[in-house]
Amino acid sequence: MNELQASAAIMENAFLLIAVLIPLVGSLVVMTLKNNPNLREFTSFCAAVLLFFVVCSFIPALKQGQTLVYPIFHLLPGLSITLRADGFSMIFALVASSLWMIAVFYSLGYMRAHHEPKQTRFNACFALAIFGAIGVAFSDNLLTLYLFYEIVSICTYPLVAHHQDEESYEGGRKYIIYLTSTAKLFLLPALALIYVLTGTLDFPHNISQGVFSADAPSWMVVMLYVFCLFGFAKNGIMPLHHWLPGAMVAPTPVSALLHAVAVVKVGVFSTTRVMLYIFGVDTMQRLNLGIPTAYFVGCTIILASVIALSKDNLKARLAYSTVSQLSYIIMGVALLTPHAIAGGLIHIVNHAFAKITLFFCAGAIYIAAHKKDISEMSGLGRVMPFTFGAFGVAALSMIGAPPVAGFVSKWYLLVGSLEAHQIGILLILITSTVLNAGYFAPVVYRGFFGKAPAGTEESGIREAPLTMLVPLLLAVAVSVVIGIYPDFMLQFVKMVTG
Amino acid sequence: MNQILISSGFPWLNVLVALPLAGALILLVLGRDALARRLALAVTIVNALCTLPLLIGFDRSTTAFQFAHLYAWIPQLRINYAVGVDGISILLVALTTLIMPLCVLASWTYIQKRVTAFMVCLLVMESAMIGVFIALDFVLFYIFWEFMLIPMYLLIAIWGGPRKSYASIKFFLYTLAGSVLLLVAIIALYLHNGTFFIPAMMWREYGQGFQLLVFLAFFLAFAIKVPMFPFHTWLPAAHVEAPTAGSVLLASILLKMGTYGFLRFCLPITPDASLMLATPLLWLSIAGIIYGGFTALAQQDMKKLIAYSSVGHMGFVTLGIFVFNLHGLQGAMLQMINHGITTGALFLCIGMIYERNHSRELAHAVGLGPYMPWFATFFTLFSLSAFAFPGTNSFIGEFLVLAGSFARRPEVALAAIPGALLAAAYMLRLLQKVIWGGVNNPDQSGMKDLHLREILVLTPLLLFVFWIGLGPQPFLDYMNPTLTELLQHLQQRQQAHPGVGLDWSIFK
Repeated sequence: MNELQASAAIMENAFLLIAVLIPLVGSLVVMTLKNNPNLREFTSFCAAVLLFFVVCSFIPALKQGQTLVYPIFHLLPGLSITLRADGFSMIFALVASSLWMIAVFYSLGYMRAHHEPKQTRFNACFALAIFGAIGVAFSDNLLTLYLFYEIVSICTYPLVAHHQDEESYEGGRKYIIYLTSTAKLFLLPALALIYVLTGTLDFPHNISQGVFSADAPSWMVVMLYVFCLFGFAKNGIMPLHHWLPGAMVAPTPVSALLHAVAVVKVGVFSTTRVMLYIFGVDTMQRLNLGIPTAYFVGCTIILASVIALSKDNLKARLAYSTVSQLSYIIMGVALLTPHAIAGGLIHIVNHAFAKITLFFCAGAIYIAAHKKDISEMSGLGRVMPFTFGAFGVAALSMIGAPPVAGFVSKWYLLVGSLEAHQIGILLILITSTVLNAGYFAPVVYRGFFGKAPAGTEESGIREAPLTMLVPLLLAVAVSVVIGIYPDFMLQFVKMVTG
Repeated sequence: MNQILISSGFPWLNVLVALPLAGALILLVLGRDALARRLALAVTIVNALCTLPLLIGFDRSTTAFQFAHLYAWIPQLRINYAVGVDGISILLVALTTLIMPLCVLASWTYIQKRVTAFMVCLLVMESAMIGVFIALDFVLFYIFWEFMLIPMYLLIAIWGGPRKSYASIKFFLYTLAGSVLLLVAIIALYLHNGTFFIPAMMWREYGQGFQLLVFLAFFLAFAIKVPMFPFHTWLPAAHVEAPTAGSVLLASILLKMGTYGFLRFCLPITPDASLMLATPLLWLSIAGIIYGGFTALAQQDMKKLIAYSSVGHMGFVTLGIFVFNLHGLQGAMLQMINHGITTGALFLCIGMIYERNHSRELAHAVGLGPYMPWFATFFTLFSLSAFAFPGTNSFIGEFLVLAGSFARRPEVALAAIPGALLAAAYMLRLLQKVIWGGVNNPDQSGMKDLHLREILVLTPLLLFVFWIGLGPQPFLDYMNPTLTELLQHLQQRQQAHPGVGLDWSIFK
C-alpha cells in the first residue's frame, strides 16, 4: 500500500474541513436572517465566494502532486469520516462552488420576481444541498460519500416540495422514495459487504487496482458493482430515473441546481468515484464489467433523448436531456480507456455549465413571458435575444459543437470509443448527437424565426431582470471559455487518469 | 478467568439500587405532591451521577465482574446477595440512570393526578431495573425481574390511556407467563449445580437435552420481553396506553432485558442449544424486522408506529446476537443502547405533542413544522437516527450487525435489508406528515413550540445520538473484552461439538 501511495504525497490540510463547513454555517446564518432578505442573500453570496476561493486554494498543492486529506471522525478500524482533495474531487468541487455563486444571484432574481413564499427556507436548503455536494466531492471513503449523499437527498426534499401543493408533494414523495430506497436497498448492503470483504471503505489513491484482492469471489464483486450502479439512483440511469422528471415541479433555480450541481452530479460523481476507486480499472477489466455497462447506459442515452423529443414542456425536455447526458459520463468511465475516462469526467463540468444555462433560460422565459411550453415560444427570441442566444450557445454545447465546451467531451468520448474498439458505442454517440440537435434546435429556431400565433400578439414582453440575465450570460460565457481553453479543467482530469 | 469477581472500593452498585428505593420510601411517608417531582428528580440525578464513578473506574481490560459485592443472604439454600457489572451490563446500567431523570422531567406537567404515587412507581422501577442488570445471583435476579412488573403495571393501569386496563393486564399476563418457565429453569439449574451464583453456572458441561430444555424456558421469557415475533402482541398495547414516561421506560430499558438475558444467560449457560437453534432464531429475527416494518408503515397512531418500529429494531439486536461473531455482538450491544436512546427520544417527542393536543393520531399532528421549529429540528434528527442515517448512532449499530451477518450468513443479512428500507419508509412518512403534512392541514397555529424544560430533556439524548454515531470506539471498548471472551468460549464449544450449529461461511 505504501509504495503505491509514495507517488502522491498525502498532506493533512484543515482547510478541507473549512471548505465543507462554509455552506453549512452559511445555511445556519441564513436561517436566522428571515427578516432581512438583502442581508440573507448577501450572506449566501459571501459564503459562495468564500467557498470558491477556499476550493481554489487547493490547486497549487495539487499541481505539485500532493493529495490533501483531513480526518474528522474515526469510527471503527478502517471506517472513518475523512475528507480528501485530489484531482477527481476538484473537478466536481470547482463546478459546485462556482455555480453556487452564479445560482445565488439568479435565484434572488427569480424568487423575488416571482414573489415566491418561504425564501428563507429556500436559501437555507440551497446552501445545505451545496454542503452535501461539496462533502461528496471531498469524500475520502465510501462511508463519508454515503453520509453526504444522504444529506443531499434529505436537504433537497424541501426544495422539491417548495410550493407545498398537491403536485409538488407528489413530486417530492417520488423523489425521496426513489433516492432513499435505492440507497438503503443497494448501498447499505454494499457498504457492509465491502467492509467485510476488505476491512476498509477507504478509496485508494489511484484508479487502477481498486480495493478488492484478486481472490475475492468474482460473483460477489459483480453483485456489489451492480448494487453500486443502481444504489446511486441520483445518476439517473434508466429504469430508476423517474424521480428526475417528477422533481421538475420545483422552482426553476432548484431545477437548475439539481440538474447542474447538487443532485444528479452527486449521483454520477459517486458512481464514477466508486467505479474507478473501489472497483478500479484492473478489476473492472478482469471481470469484464466496463463494456456491458457502457452499452447499458447507452440505452439510457438513446431512450431518454427520444423521450425528450416528445416533450413540449421545456423543463421536461431539459430533464430528459439531463437523463441522457448523465449517462455520457458513466459511459465514458465504463469504457476504461484513458481518453474515454477523461471525456466522461470533463463532461461533468461541461454539462454542468451548459445545463444550468439552459435551465436559467427556461426560468427567464417563464418570468418574462409566463410560457412553459415550447410550442408557445414562437417569436420570443426576437424580444429576448440574449436569453435565446444563450440558450442556443448552451444547446450547441449539449450537441457537442465546437467551440463550446461540449465539443471537448464529445471528442474525448469518440476517441475513447475507438481506443476501446467499440463501434457500437461510436454509433450510439453519433445517434445521440443527432437526437440532441433534434430536440434543441427547434427551440432556438422557433424563438428567433417562428411566427407568433395570430391573435396572441403580446406586447410588453422584455428580457428578464438583470439579476437573472447576468448569471445566465456568465454561465454560458464559462461554457465558451472552457470550450476554447479546456486545459484548466483537463489538468485535474489528467491527475486522475495519470 | 483466574478471577471472577473484582470487589474493591466503594459499593456504588448498592447505592444505585438503594437510593431510588430510599427516595420512594421518603416520598411515601411524606406524601406531598408538591415535593414529589423535585425529590424524584433529585434522586434520579444523583443516581445518574453515581454511575459516573462506575464508568470511569471500570477496568476495560478484564472480563471479570467489577464493583462486585457478595453477602450471604439465605445460607441454607446458598442464596447470596451478589452484584457486579461487566462489559455487557455496564452500559445498560448507565443507560437506565441516564433515561430516568428525563422520564421524571417529561412527566413534570404531563402527570396531574396522584403525582406522589407516580414518582414512587418510577423510583421503584429504577431500582428494579438496575437490579436486573447487576444481579449475579439467580434468586436475586428473579426477584428484581418480577419486581419490575408491579410498578410498570401500575404505571399503565393508573395513568394510562383509554384502554389501559386491557393493555396493563395483557402486559402483566404475557410477562408473567414467560417468568414462570424462567423460574423452572432457574430451579433446574440450581438442582444441577447446587448454587444460584450465576458465573458458576456458565460454560459448564450440561447434557444436550438439559441445555435444550433450559434454553427454551429462558427463550420464552426473554423473547416475550424483547419482544421477538410472534411474542410481540403485548407491546403495541402497552406502549400506546402507557403515559410518556412509561412508554420510554418500556422501550428504552425493559425491552433490553430480553436481549440482555440472551447474552447473559442463554449463550454462556446453554451454548450448545444456542448454537443448535441459531438458524431458526435468525429467521425469527428477520420475520420481526420485516413484520415490524410493514406494520409500522400502516399505523395512523404515532405511538403505535414507534412501538412497531421497536419490534423491527430489536430484530436487528437478536440478529446480531445469533450470528456469533464480534461484529454481530458489538452491533447488537450498540443497537441496544441506540434503540434506548432514539426510541426513548421519539416517545418523548410524541408525548410532547400529546401534551399539547391530547391526541396520538397522526392526522391531528400534521403540518407542525412552521409553528414548532425547535420541535421539528429535534424530531427530524431523532427520526434520521431511527432509520440509521449515516453519522447517527443507529447507523453504526446496524452497520456492525449487517457486517457480522454478511460475514457468516449472507442470505440472512440480505433478508434483513428490506427491513432497513422499511425503517426509512415509515420514519420518513411520519416525519413528512408531522413537519409538512399535505395541502389541507388542520390549523396548528395554536401549537406552542418546545419550552426550555422540554429542550433540556431532548438535548442529552441528541448528544448521544451523535456521540455514538461519530465516535463509537469508547463505547465498544467497554464491551470488547467480555464479548471477545464470550466468543472464544462459543468457538471452543463449537469445536468440541462440531455437529452443532452449522457454520457455512462463504468467505473462508
